[in-house]
Amino acid sequence: MSEEKDNPMAYAIHVRDLSKFYVVTQQETGTKAAFQNLVHRRKVEVRAVDGISFDIEPGEIVGFLGPNGAGKTTTLKMLTGLLHPTSGELSVLGYVPSKREAAFLRQITLVMGQRNQLVWDIPAELTFELNRVIYRIPPDSYRSMVTELTELLDLGSLLKKPVRNLSLGERMKCEIAVALLHRPGVVFLDEPTIGLDVTMQQRIRTFITQYNQRFGATVLLTSHYMADVATLCKRVLVIHHGKLLFDGELSGLLRQFTSHKTIIIQLDNCKADLSNYGEIESYEDGKYTLRVPKTETARVTERLLAELPVIDLLVEDPPIEEVIARVFAQEEK
Amino acid sequence: MKPLVQLYIQQFKTTLAMMFQYRASLVIWTIGQVLEPLVYLIVWSVVANSSGGSVGSYTTADFAAYFIVLMLVNQVTYTWIMYEFEYRVREGILSAALLKPVHPIHSDIADNISSKIITLPIMIAIAIIFAFAFHTSVAPAPWAILAFIPVLLLAFLIRFILEWTLAQAAFWTTRVSAINQSYFVAFLFLSGQIAPLTLLPHAVQILSLLLPFRWLINFPVELLLGRLTMVETLIGIGAQFGWLIVSIVLLRTVWRAGVKAYTAVGA
Repeated sequence: MSEEKDNPMAYAIHVRDLSKFYVVTQQETGTKAAFQNLVHRRKVEVRAVDGISFDIEPGEIVGFLGPNGAGKTTTLKMLTGLLHPTSGELSVLGYVPSKREAAFLRQITLVMGQRNQLVWDIPAELTFELNRVIYRIPPDSYRSMVTELTELLDLGSLLKKPVRNLSLGERMKCEIAVALLHRPGVVFLDEPTIGLDVTMQQRIRTFITQYNQRFGATVLLTSHYMADVATLCKRVLVIHHGKLLFDGELSGLLRQFTSHKTIIIQLDNCKADLSNYGEIESYEDGKYTLRVPKTETARVTERLLAELPVIDLLVEDPPIEEVIARVFAQEEK
Repeated sequence: MKPLVQLYIQQFKTTLAMMFQYRASLVIWTIGQVLEPLVYLIVWSVVANSSGGSVGSYTTADFAAYFIVLMLVNQVTYTWIMYEFEYRVREGILSAALLKPVHPIHSDIADNISSKIITLPIMIAIAIIFAFAFHTSVAPAPWAILAFIPVLLLAFLIRFILEWTLAQAAFWTTRVSAINQSYFVAFLFLSGQIAPLTLLPHAVQILSLLLPFRWLINFPVELLLGRLTMVETLIGIGAQFGWLIVSIVLLRTVWRAGVKAYTAVGA
C-alpha cells in the first residue's frame, strides 16, 4: 500500500517543490528615473509560487484558499499546462501538463469565473456542438451528457438563447456545462461563483458535489466565498505569498488556528457589563458577542448562566473567514 | 482526419450564426473590400486615358479587368487574424484555446473559409456588375482557368499561414500594430495590389520575385487575365509550393516559441 502511495501515478494530482518565479522590471517614476531606466532597469524576482508540495487522490474535492496574489491562479495555470513551472515536479493524471498533450487536455477542464469560452452573440448550444467535435465526444455520450447537465443545472431553454441575453448566473451555469461536456476526470475551478447571488452560488455548489459523486471526478477549487469551501471541501490547502501554510481538513484548520470561541448571549432586557467574562466583540439589540479563550469556554458559560438573566446562549467557532484572515495577518507580521 | 472535417463543418455553422448576428458590419466590410480596388481602378483608368489609352501593356479595359479579378483574389485570400490575435492574447482568450485538444489554427481556417463561402457569391455578383460597367471581360485559355483553382487555393493557404504566423508577434509585444502596418505597406506594393507589378520600377519587380506577396495576388490575377505562359505559370506554382513549405516551417517554429513565451510569463 505504501509503495503505491510513493508512486506519483497513484494520485490524480502530484506536486513536489513546485515554484514559479517571474522577473519583472521595476520602474521608478520621475524624469531622472526615466532616463536611468533607459540605461539600467532594476529587475526584481517575484516568487508567485515558492516550493509547494501536495498530492490529491482521485475523486477528492479540495479547496484552495489564499488572498489575492497568493499564487492560487498561478498554481492552477501550471496544473493545466498554461504556465511552465520554474522548477519542481508536477503530474496530473500521470501527464506533465506543460506538454499540453491532446490526451491530457481531453481529460481536464478549467473554469474561470471571470473568463469565458461561450461565444457571446450566438446560443450556447452552438458552442456546445463545437466542443463536441473538438473533444471528439461520441454522439450518444454527448446527448446523455447534455440531458444530464440540463437537468442538474436546470438549464431549460437557456441553451437556445444568445449568450449575451443571459444573466450572469445563467451564463455561468452554461459556462460550467460547456466545460464539462467531455466528462473531465479532473476539474479545476477558479472562482466559479464570483459575482453570483446566494441562490445561484448554492445551486452551483450542489452541482459540483453531484458532478463529483456521479463521475468520481477530482475537483480543485479556489474561491473567495468561504461558504463554497466549507460546503464542498473536506480538505483545504492554504497558500500565502506562494507558500503552502496548511494542508488538511477544514476542521483541523479551525483547530490549529483558533485559540478562541465566540459566545453569543441575549439577556432579558438589561444591559450588563460583561467585560470581566471575556472580550466583548459587539453589542446589538440586546445580543452580546464575547470572545473567550477555548479552554475557558465551559467555565465562562457556566458563570454567565448562573449570574445573569440569560434568554439565549450560543457557543460558536469564530467564522472561518475570520480564522483565515487571522492566519494571513499573522503571516504578514 | 474525420474529426477535423467535423470540426470544419461545425465551425461553418457557428460562423454562419455569428455572421447573421453581425449583418450590418458584414455590409460595411463588403463595401471596404470593394472600394479599395475600385479606387485604384479609377485612378489607373484616368492615368491610362490621359497618356493615350494605355500604360505599359495595360489599356483602360485591362486595368479594369486587373482590379476586378484582384478584388476577387483578395477576397478569397484575405485574413483578419492579425487584428484578432492581439486581442486574444490581451484578453486572455488564447488561454481557453490552449486548453483545447486541437491546434487553434483549425478553428481559424474553418472560420475564414466559412465566412468566405457566404460572402463570395456577393463579391462575384459585384465583379460581374463592374465588368459590365467598365466594359471589360477576361478570356483565359481553358488550361489557365483549370490552373487558377489550385493557384488560388495555394495563395489562400500561404497567405493564411503567413499572416497567422505574423500575428503571433502578439506573444512577444503588445505593440503589434507597427508590425502589421509595415506588413500591409509591403503587401500593398509588392503583391500588385496598388498597381500591376510590371508597371513598377525594375528593382521593385526583382524584389517582388523574392518575396511571397506577388505569388498571393499578382500571380493568380495575371493567370486568370491570360497574361502568363504555361512555363511562367509552372514557375509560379513552384514558387507557391516553396513558400507553402517555408510558411509551414515558420508557423511551427514561431508557434512553438510563442506558446513557450506565453506560458513562461503568464497567460
